[in-house]
Amino acid sequence: MKVSVVITLKKDVLDPQGKVIHQTLDGMGFDDVKEVRQGKYFEINIKENDKKKSEEKVEDMCKKLLANLVIEDYKIIGSQ
Amino acid sequence: MNSAVITFPGSNCDRDIHVALKKFGFKNKMVWHDDIELPKSDLVVLPGGFSYGDYLRCGSMASKSKIMKSVINFAKSGGKVLGICNGFQILVETGLLPGVLLRNKYLEFICKNVFVKINNKNNLYFKSFKKDILELHIAHNEGNYFCTKEQLKEIDDNNQISLYYSDKDGKVDKDNNPNGSIKNIAAIFNKEKNILGMMPHPERMIDPALSGEDGSIFFKNLITNFK
Repeated sequence: MKVSVVITLKKDVLDPQGKVIHQTLDGMGFDDVKEVRQGKYFEINIKENDKKKSEEKVEDMCKKLLANLVIEDYKIIGSQ
Repeated sequence: MNSAVITFPGSNCDRDIHVALKKFGFKNKMVWHDDIELPKSDLVVLPGGFSYGDYLRCGSMASKSKIMKSVINFAKSGGKVLGICNGFQILVETGLLPGVLLRNKYLEFICKNVFVKINNKNNLYFKSFKKDILELHIAHNEGNYFCTKEQLKEIDDNNQISLYYSDKDGKVDKDNNPNGSIKNIAAIFNKEKNILGMMPHPERMIDPALSGEDGSIFFKNLITNFK
C-alpha cells in the first residue's frame, strides 16, 4: 500500500517561509492570495495490503517521527 | 569529573566542546551515536552542528539514534545533560525539554555574538555565578524557541527559563531578540534542572585571544559546582 500524508504547521504557529512565498506571489501579480502555508508531503510504501492497517501504521509513524505535534498537524490524504 | 560528548553524523562542534571540557578539568570521552552504552559520566553533552543534515526537522533523526536511549535513561534518572545548539534541538525532539525550535523569524542564518541574561541561578549550571549577563556566540538557522501557551505557563511556574537574549545591560526586549524566540528565551531547563538546552555556544568563548572569556566562566563554574 502506498499511503500519502501531508504535514503542515498548526494554525497559530508562525510560518515565515509561507509568508515570504505569499509576498513573492503578491509581487508577481497574484494579488488575490489570502494566505500561504508551507508543508511537507510523504509517500510511504509499506508491505501491508490492508488499507485500514496501513493507515494506522502511518499514523503511528506520524506521531513518533514524521510530525512534531507541538507545532505540526498531519493528515493522511489517500492510500492505494 | 567525567564527561561524554556524543558525536552524530553531521555534528561539527563536538571537538570544540571536547577541547573546552578538557581545558577546564573534565575527563572527556567521545561517544559515537551508534554506540549503545554511555561511559560512566557526570555530564553528557549533545554538541552543536547539523546532525543527519537537519533532515525532516533539526534534531529529529538524532533524537531516535541508538545512543539516545541511554542518554534519555541517564537524564531521567537525574544525570546532567547539556545540549548546545543542535544539542538543544535534539533535546526538545526527545521530549526531555518542552517546546520546539523553529526557523528563525527573518529566515536568516544568524552567526554573531549576543548578550544573554541569566534568569535562574538556583541550579548546578549557574549556581554561584558572579555575573548576570554573558556575552556568548550564536550560530543557527532554527533557534526560534516556541511552545504552547500551557507549556509556557508551566515553564514559567517552574522557573525553567535559564537564559534570555538581552542587551549588554540585561535589558530583555524585542530589539534584543535575534531570532523571534518566545519571551527572548535562549535556554531552558527541564523541571528538575538537571537538563539544560541552550542555543548559545559557550565552547566558542574560552580563549581571550580568539573570542571572549564568558564561556570559560561557564565551564569553570560548572566543574566547581559538579564537584
